[in-house]
Order: sequence, then C-alpha cells, then structure tokens
Amino acid sequence: MTRQRGLLADGRAAFGLAVLGAAVLAALCAPWLAGDPLLQRDIVATRFLPPLSSDLHGQFHLLGTDRFGRDVWARLLFGARLSLGVGALAVLVSVAVGVAVGAAAGFWRGWPGSVLLGLTDFALALPRVVLLLLLASLWEPSAALVVLVLGFTGWMTIARLVHGEVRTLATRPFVESAVGLGAGGLRVLARHILPNALTPVIVAAALGLGNAIMLEAGLSFLGLGVQPPAPSWGNLIASGRDTLVNAPWVATAPGVALVLVVVAATLLGDAVRDRLDPARGGSVRLSP
Amino acid sequence: MLLRRGVTGIAVVLGVLTLMFFLLRLAPGDPARLLVGPAATPEQVAEQRRALGLDRPAAEQYAVWLGRFVQGDWGTSIATGRPVRAMLAEAWPATIRLVGLSLVLSYLLGIAVGVVQATRGGGLDTALSVLSVTLFALPGYWLGLMLVMLFTYRAGLLPSFGAAGLDADFLTGWERVADRLRHLALPLATLTLIGAGGTARYVRGAMLDVAGAPFVAIARAKGLSPTAVALRHVLRNALIPVLTLLGLSLPALFSGAVFIEAIFAWPGVGRVLVEAVQARDYPVVMAATAVSATLVVLGNLLAELLVAWADPRVRDAGLGAPPARAWSG
Repeated sequence: MTRQRGLLADGRAAFGLAVLGAAVLAALCAPWLAGDPLLQRDIVATRFLPPLSSDLHGQFHLLGTDRFGRDVWARLLFGARLSLGVGALAVLVSVAVGVAVGAAAGFWRGWPGSVLLGLTDFALALPRVVLLLLLASLWEPSAALVVLVLGFTGWMTIARLVHGEVRTLATRPFVESAVGLGAGGLRVLARHILPNALTPVIVAAALGLGNAIMLEAGLSFLGLGVQPPAPSWGNLIASGRDTLVNAPWVATAPGVALVLVVVAATLLGDAVRDRLDPARGGSVRLSP
Repeated sequence: MLLRRGVTGIAVVLGVLTLMFFLLRLAPGDPARLLVGPAATPEQVAEQRRALGLDRPAAEQYAVWLGRFVQGDWGTSIATGRPVRAMLAEAWPATIRLVGLSLVLSYLLGIAVGVVQATRGGGLDTALSVLSVTLFALPGYWLGLMLVMLFTYRAGLLPSFGAAGLDADFLTGWERVADRLRHLALPLATLTLIGAGGTARYVRGAMLDVAGAPFVAIARAKGLSPTAVALRHVLRNALIPVLTLLGLSLPALFSGAVFIEAIFAWPGVGRVLVEAVQARDYPVVMAATAVSATLVVLGNLLAELLVAWADPRVRDAGLGAPPARAWSG
C-alpha cells in the first residue's frame, strides 16, 4: 500500500487518476446525470441554445444544444461511453498483441525472434493514420472496426518494451534457477518472466490510451469511425464544425473533454514512469 | 551504412505495397462489380473481372500489379477520372512544404522551451510542463477548428481554406508571397504547436538524463558558466536522442498533417487521401498510402544520417542510431 500512497503524492498521478476516474464515472452514470442524447423535442424552439440556458419546456441545458436541439451535455456524457470504451478496448488489443509478440521474440532468440522483431520495426515505420484510413475505407465503418484497427496498429511500442525486458530478465538468477529446477520454457516465461516485465507495459498502455482516444475521435471526425446519430467525441466535434460561427460550444465542449482525458492519461503515465526510474526528475542543477 | 539503410527503406515500401494488395483482396466487395455498377449482368461482371485480371491466380495478379505500380502506372481515379499519378504529383510538394516547415519550427520552439525547463526548474518548469503536455494532448483537428474560430470567424484576420486565395493568379510579387503566407499561417501554427509540445517534453527529459553524467560535473568544476555548461555540454549531448526522435516522430507528423490538411483544405497528400477514402476511390487511396510511406521512409533515413553526423560514435561504428529511450512514444 505504501507504493500506492507514494504514487498519489505525485500531483500528476493524483490529477490523472482523478480526471480519468471522473470521466469513467460520468460515462457509467450517464443515464442518471443527463437526459436522452438523441431527444429532439422541438427543433425550432430548442436548437442552438447557448450553454446555461433553459428551453421553452423548462428543460435546463448546461452546455447548450446543437442544431437539432439535442442536449450537448447528454451527448458529451454518452459520447464518453463510446470514446473511452473504444480507446480502452483498443489498448487492450494492443497490449495483448504486443506482449505476445514481444515475449515470443525475446524468448525464442533464433530466426523466429528476428522475424518478429523485423515485423515490429516494419510496422513501426508505417504512418499509423494513413494505415487507419486505408483500413477504414475498405470495410464499413463501425466502433468494432475502430477497436480492431487501432489495436492492431498500436502494439509495436509495447512489443519492443516487452522484448527488451524479457531479454534482460532471462539472464537473471531467479530465472536461471527456475530453469535449473526443471521448469519448462513456457512455464518460465508465463510465471517468472512476464509478471516482472509488465510494469513498463502499464506505462505504455496509459500513454497509448490517450493516443487511442484521440485517434478514435479523429477517425469519427472524418466520418470513418462511430457513425451518427450515436454520439462519440469525434463525431460531436465534427458536427460542431459546421456550426462554428453561430454555436461554437458544440465543438468546444467535446474537445475540452478530450484534451482533459488525454492530458490525464499522459500525466499518469509520466508519474508511473518516473517512479519506476527514480534517477530522473528534478532539474539540471547548474549553479554551484 | 547508407546502402544498408537504403535497402531497408525499399523493403519497408515494398512491404507496404504488399500489405495494401492483400488488404484490398481481403476487403468485402468485388472491385469489378463496383466498376460496372449495380445494373450489370453477370456476363458484364465476368468480362470486367477478366479485364482487371481478377480471374488469374493471386500470385500472378500480385506480380502484375506490383510491376505496374513500381513503373508508376497507378491507374485513374474513380471519383475524378484524372490520372492518379498527376493528382499526387501536384499534392506531395504541398505536404513537404507544410510538414518540413512545421518540423523545423516545432523543433526550434520545443528545444528552446525544453532548455528553459531543464535549466530553470521550479515554478517556471511546472508551468511550462503543464503547457507542453496540454499542447501534446491537443488533437490537431480540434486545435485547428479553434484557431479557425478565433482568427478567421472572430478576428477575421487569416484565411482558413486552401494554399492560396481565389485571386492569387492576379497578384504580383510581394502581394502573392503575403497571400501564400497568410494561407500557410493557420495550418502551420496548428501542426507546430502540437509538435513543439512533444519536443519540449522530450528535450527536457533528455537534458535531465545527460545532466547527471560525470563530464558535466567536470565542466562545472572547471569553472564554466552555467549557461556554457547547459548549452555546450548538456544540450549538445541531449540533442543526439532528440535527433533520433526526429526520425521516429515523422510518421506521427505525417499522420497529424492528414487531419490538418483535411481541415484547412490544404492541397497535399493527406487531403487527397482523406477525400479518396471518403469516396472509396481505391486507386487513389493505394497510391497516396504508398507516397506517404515513401516520404516517411525517406524522412527516417534523413534523420539517421543526421544522427550519424552529430554523433561520432555512430559515425565510426556505422551501427545506426543509438537506442532511443524506451517508451518515448
């Protein structure tokens, strides 16, 4: 528990956990915190209401309404479900593929390892968004496709990290003694090496989460991700793009939410990394 | 070393082409059916399949397709009817202009901010850290929209569409240059701000890594001024991993440029790609992907040469770039 308390003493980790926690909670409790995100009661009377106003039916709109008279706050919260969910699932896919490839490459040194490492380097050299666009253009856009596409284009950093860790750990005495006691290769890998190699993976996953949420929004923004009327932060920003002049709040609100969540994930990742690597931190002391 | 890197680069581009070919075969939908339209008879579809060579074995199709592609025969666009090659020949210089300028500017800005952070510390460091992580986290398409809202719609200062005004052909001399620069301002600012955030974060980290080295303590013990130690000793050594990052950040920068070009209607490869994807214009999508991959590979090669030039250890060993810090992302 001391480790946990120490992490929270870092302002960045506390902020990151608080924001991510609040976002997840808001997404989970969306039906109780906001009305129906698809409700269009009376388009003419309720469209383009500015934030903090009430419509003719006495309904209060914290973040105003969009061009169809839908409540922006409700769409933001329900959009969080899709955006956070898609981002988290995509990172899970990346972690699964990355750990599998990295562990295999680190453990079976000979040609299988070289082939897997070559594959990783190749995938790392591809422009990810270009690949995402290519894949999204070939299949019908859907949330599931975005999860798979983001997952299968984001595993390379994790594979390289795991590969490095496995290589280092394989020479450590506790692994050698496990081998000496007669444990089989896969058992050593699964029970002794991988559990010790997972900490940097957590950092990479936190940083990757922010990236995945941002890319999901980007694909949805271009109309290749989550399809309207289902709300996601990306297609909310896209729908606000056309009404930037008379209703800037429609695009601003989901963008601010997106930036907050990505900053939170990045700061949390930074804080965990600095804890694992205590040699860093502070500043260059140049004055004597 | 250059030769080996060149071969690797060609292998990556070939890999991309192969990947594209098989993805296209995996995708649902028959390209022949797509071309002849929904009202076609089965005979017409079969005829089109023969004409496209789709009735041949996959390996033969691949060889023929690759041969044509390498020779620059990229077909015609389904959406516009223009040769794909001409469309991309017009587009890539605009992308290079935008990405290249923003690369230079974001590194200059990022290094300056990173140096200030690493040497000053304290409250200024914290404030700049908050700023750089926020910039780093800004989605380009959203920052672009916000800048458009402020500078185009509210202030009415800068244009937000295209690379030149409608009247550009009638402008002369300096007016023309000014028009170009005004159109460049918003897309360039968007890409540069985001890039500078990432670079500043990295430069700060790299300088703090170097600051603990014994040679820095010696430089300080010799009585060098703090500025001299920071700039001549710490920064110069910290720049080596930063140059490696430059190569690694190119794919990300191109990715960012795709969104920025789409927002600002910048006439580059990214915009061509996005429009082709939205119109399901496969020949253009394929070619734009290949061009983007080639540009990224060339950029990586350039970054490695820069590292080799900056770091004698690499230059002499000929081993390529030193390993970048893990999870630099």
